[in-house]
Amino acid sequence: MNVIVCIKQVPDTNEVKLNPETGTLIRDGVPSIINPDDKAGLEAALRLKDIHGAKVTVISMGPPQADAALREALAMGADEAVLVTDRLFGGADTWAPSSALASAIRKFPYDLIITGRQAIDGDTAQVGPQIAEHLKLPNISYAEEVEVKDGYITVKRQYEDRYHMIKAKLPCLITALAELNPPRYMTPGRIFDAYREMEVKTLTRADLDVETSNIGLKGSPTRVFKSFTKGVKGKGTVVTMDPQESANWLVDRLTEKFIL
Amino acid sequence: MNIEEYKGVFVFIEQLDGHCMGVGYELIGKGKVLAKDRNTEVTAVVLGKDLKAAAKKLAEYGADKVIVVDDPALETYMTEPYTHALTEVVMAKKPEIVLYGATAIGRDMAPRVSARVHTGLTADCTGLDISADDNPLGGGHLMMTRPAFGGNIMATIMCPEFRPQMATVRPGVMQRQTPDEKLTCPVEEFKVPGLAERRNVEILDIIKKVSDRMDIMDAKILVSGGRGMGDPANFKILEELAAELGHATISSSRAAVDAGWQPKDRQVGQTGKTVRPNLYIACGISGAIQHLAGMEESELIIAINKDPGAPIFEVADFGVVGDVLKIVPLFTEAVKKLKDSKEA
Repeated sequence: MNVIVCIKQVPDTNEVKLNPETGTLIRDGVPSIINPDDKAGLEAALRLKDIHGAKVTVISMGPPQADAALREALAMGADEAVLVTDRLFGGADTWAPSSALASAIRKFPYDLIITGRQAIDGDTAQVGPQIAEHLKLPNISYAEEVEVKDGYITVKRQYEDRYHMIKAKLPCLITALAELNPPRYMTPGRIFDAYREMEVKTLTRADLDVETSNIGLKGSPTRVFKSFTKGVKGKGTVVTMDPQESANWLVDRLTEKFIL
Repeated sequence: MNIEEYKGVFVFIEQLDGHCMGVGYELIGKGKVLAKDRNTEVTAVVLGKDLKAAAKKLAEYGADKVIVVDDPALETYMTEPYTHALTEVVMAKKPEIVLYGATAIGRDMAPRVSARVHTGLTADCTGLDISADDNPLGGGHLMMTRPAFGGNIMATIMCPEFRPQMATVRPGVMQRQTPDEKLTCPVEEFKVPGLAERRNVEILDIIKKVSDRMDIMDAKILVSGGRGMGDPANFKILEELAAELGHATISSSRAAVDAGWQPKDRQVGQTGKTVRPNLYIACGISGAIQHLAGMEESELIIAINKDPGAPIFEVADFGVVGDVLKIVPLFTEAVKKLKDSKEA
């Protein structure tokens, strides 16, 4: 069984802070990590390797620095790593990357493709289903549990107020929630292999069978018109008093506002 | 692509067990505003089985027209039959705008529909407007504003050369209009052949999550607890305050959910739910940007926190610096005293 996992290297947005004076993002010193949903998806693939002896290939699209994320995946136990990188891929929305990733995936055998539900930098949740669309595969999003047996996958699919237990014939694509399972640590032996012995394959524009009109900025229907930080709203009243006075003060404010 | 051929605002209405989801009414409300700017109409599109009652409701909430695809294969959501049915409607009717709720269904289906018709899709929008004539990318296009980087920045996205312009919109952000039982509108039955054969997965079982608590998106008042509550047992004092205030329930920050103190359905924020209650009381919540992104549109915000430098005080209308565990029970007591005195 061949499992392909798509991972994205992202800035740890929990560590991003706003400069309160200028309202701009402070990105210095913010670490790059494997996107949490993707890492849970990688763990799911590694468990299929443990149980069924699946071969796990990780694919990442991004700048050359994304090599670090792929080495980490190798050190966790992935068998093969592929970096899809080209300056022509930059500046894109989700249509173009999903089409390029689908084209990269076609170069490898697969029974199951796993992506994270969404990346914490963009939060779009679009790339997984769109890869499936380009590959004409069924997709099951928001996977919280997975089981593979006899050429079928069964997924516990999360909705707001319910779950669906969904069964699909392989090949198929699933998008993983961070809740799917806690990812394992890298092992010292594998870290050594990942950095010294193992190779990260690189695919560029020339290796992919996609039309130029479908890649990068040109292949992206949407445009970022502007980006901005939200203005700080007028600051309210903040008081420091003893607990009883504080409680009475709050009740007075709510009475004033006709809430009580 | 001749974008002039595309006209009208379509909103995809999600139904569960035959009931339209609230976000659909919110989309009609926003769609009306956009349609007015574009001098066109709002059409609500609903997929499912036995949708007569649902269609009537959509008219009451302001839809100018309803399209139903009524088919047994659409009774329960599955990606492919839904994607195919909506794609057929979109290809036949050529709307200029299609809006979806940014829900577990909308965020699964909209990416596939947009890829299938080859157009752009902007996810999780919190603001929608029509561009003015002097816009450098052209006038009359949809401007879709959304948070990125965990809510740290906002980006306005446009799709000037492709149609339809598609967006998913966060539930709880747009305003629905007050329903009027007298309103009616034309309902078109749109047939899509072969939907049953489109099913490529099998639903083995449906497990409903049971919660006896009010949905945090429906509450008029939210009493919200964060890491500063110190211990899951301390949420009891928030429950007591909520019970005293009425129409209230408790919610929490991501920190409290990650710590296992509260279930995920209580979480407010960028990765949780967007809420805009009449009153939001933040107790022991520092106010990380990702939390503020989910609650700063609340009408009135009260914050109680021991750290005077906590960012939550930047958005609070009324802030109290102090020990939440001491202040909240006294606050509850004071509310009760006031209510008793009014009744006496």
